[in-house]
Amino acid sequence: MTESKDALRQVVENDAYKYGFVTEIESDEFLKGINEDIVRCISHKKNEPDWLLDFRLKAFRHWLTIKEPHWGKIDYQTIDYQDICYYSAPKNAAKKTMDEVDPELLKTYEKLGVPLQERAVLAGVAVDAVFDSVSVATTFKERLSQQGIIFCSISEAVQNHSDLVKKYLGSVVPYTDNFFACLNAAVFSDGTFVYIPKGVRCPMELSTYFRINAKKTGQFERTLIIADDSSYVSYLEGCTAPQRDENQLHAAIVEIIVLDNAEVKYSTVQNWYPGDKEGRGGIYNFVTKRGLCAGYNSKLSWTQVETGSALTWKYPSCVLKGDNSVGEFYSVAITNNYQQADTGTKMIHIGKNTKSTIVSKGISAGKSQNTYRGFVKIAKNSENSRNYSQCDSLLIGNQCGAHTLPVMSDECPSACVEHEATTSKISDEQLFYCKQRGLDAEEAVSLIVNGFCKEVMQKLPMEFAMEATKLVAVTLEGSVG
Amino acid sequence: MSAFLEIKDLYVNAGEKEILKGLSLSINRGEIHVVVGPNGAGKSTLSNVLCGNELYKVISGNIDFNGENLLPISVEDRARRGIFLSFQSPVEISGISMSTFMKYALNSHRKFKGLEPLDAISFAKHLKIRAKALGISDEMLKRPVNVNCSGGEKKRLEIFQMAVLEPELCILDEMDSGMDVDAVKIASNGVNIMKDSKRSFLIISHNNDFLYEQIKPDYVHVLVNGKIVKTGSKDLLLDIKKSGFSQFQKEI
Repeated sequence: MTESKDALRQVVENDAYKYGFVTEIESDEFLKGINEDIVRCISHKKNEPDWLLDFRLKAFRHWLTIKEPHWGKIDYQTIDYQDICYYSAPKNAAKKTMDEVDPELLKTYEKLGVPLQERAVLAGVAVDAVFDSVSVATTFKERLSQQGIIFCSISEAVQNHSDLVKKYLGSVVPYTDNFFACLNAAVFSDGTFVYIPKGVRCPMELSTYFRINAKKTGQFERTLIIADDSSYVSYLEGCTAPQRDENQLHAAIVEIIVLDNAEVKYSTVQNWYPGDKEGRGGIYNFVTKRGLCAGYNSKLSWTQVETGSALTWKYPSCVLKGDNSVGEFYSVAITNNYQQADTGTKMIHIGKNTKSTIVSKGISAGKSQNTYRGFVKIAKNSENSRNYSQCDSLLIGNQCGAHTLPVMSDECPSACVEHEATTSKISDEQLFYCKQRGLDAEEAVSLIVNGFCKEVMQKLPMEFAMEATKLVAVTLEGSVG
Repeated sequence: MSAFLEIKDLYVNAGEKEILKGLSLSINRGEIHVVVGPNGAGKSTLSNVLCGNELYKVISGNIDFNGENLLPISVEDRARRGIFLSFQSPVEISGISMSTFMKYALNSHRKFKGLEPLDAISFAKHLKIRAKALGISDEMLKRPVNVNCSGGEKKRLEIFQMAVLEPELCILDEMDSGMDVDAVKIASNGVNIMKDSKRSFLIISHNNDFLYEQIKPDYVHVLVNGKIVKTGSKDLLLDIKKSGFSQFQKEI
């Protein structure tokens, strides 16, 4: 109604993307475009061993033979891969200690709410910050290394822990997996590496902040997490980017290996620049995230809060290979204006007595499209396995869309697969009711939305849950029409 | 001096349809007024328009509340100034408990008055006293707003919210519809508990017996075809019970 539309207008206009600033920093960039020389050049720049160059080249050659996928419910112009810069690093970025990090960079992270030093100390969070293509600082490395935990940039891991990287890189997401994963395998520039040794419970949250800064630059980071037997780690990634008129590509890979009795909790708060309210600009977020529950009783839990990006194409998945292994996926995906999100998960049950839970909350406002796409497979020998899926959609206004596309394939008679789905809408009656009680439209919407996604938010680590709740409010405030 | 609530010659449309046609009504502080009338007379329009529901358009006339022109003021600011509507059919809001909902509502009222939010303990106390008086269980407060509630429970929760927010003008739209006898007793008891020299009530209803016996209004107005056609004491309700509304409809 008119009043709520005014509220929408007000908020949308006030609500300039908070992280849309650009940091003036000298960077070391390659020319735009991609060919074998660029791939070799990235590898050379990073002083990589031959096996890794070989891996990249194989990926690149395979990539040339495959096509950009367009099966998702996202509508976009084919990307011009020759118009993207595949490597950008702030000059003198990879420093050894925190004191040597460029003060401009540190300021950027402070603006983002990641003051590397204090925040890390106060919150007990170890942070790895990736700026454009390279990792600039990793806090708490020493304290973690006392327990044998490796937490560093993947470039560093390639140099210092080559055996581990070689053993696991591409083992869960092979370069042949899909178009974007293949491109990433060829050109990935940096990312985070985590190894938790046997029996170690990581004493703090590990966290990575990704930031795209340079213009016309793609970000292709790669995260590799290995949780050895009976270990535990909780990991969080956050993302932001400056406000730009053109679309920027982000094609990342996250691979997780969870061994016997180990547990990994992986949380994402994704707030890439979503584009303006006319749908100009914004990040194209094509991400492949997959974990292998390789051992007995392995557990992997994905929690994601997706609020940003013009396009999101992302399906964090679990391969439940070990007997009694557990996979979880908790997701809140919010789209406003012209954003499009096609997100969900795959749960592949292979071992016996495996269990998976999917809770997906999609919220669409403005003219956005929000799709849940899920695939649950229970293999023939995966006896007594169970899946429970719940997909709820909330619509705000009448120009947006919500779509639920669950696919289930159950080949084992003793397995049990359940699916529930609901769709609801914030109505004018509800808004009037809240306002009559003294709440303004923004408060009312954020209260209703937060109620709607509470179940997922509760899965986030405490200090990030509050941040995510605020982000939800900012993304949607007053988006009622 | 003008009355606490002063409605003068009010014309209101819902869509293209003219509903209120020159309605005037004054309510002083501390008074209980009842508006009765046949279906379609404009009773619910009156309560909605007082709260600022934008589905209803004021064509002409004035509403002054506490010496202030109410018409340009938003729904939420009217609420914060002390106007409360007990809805005829309260909507459900899933995902948020009644107690959390009330916490946000009460704090927004307090903020408007320049007061600090209530701390958790004071708020819990504030809630508990009122819940107990109105027969609202802890379990009901934990339920999402109006979800899985019977018609009667919803109405009781409306009265409860009224008690929590302590408004100055309480508008009760069809407060007795959908309630059983016991629930009606609890609700009217709530009205009587809240009645004081500063608080006014505008009660819209069909059920004359209940009003006469339980609430003892100061004034009764008969609303027919968008206008108040008769005002009297509570005895007017007995009259209506006997002869219905047709006697007034003929007068037009």
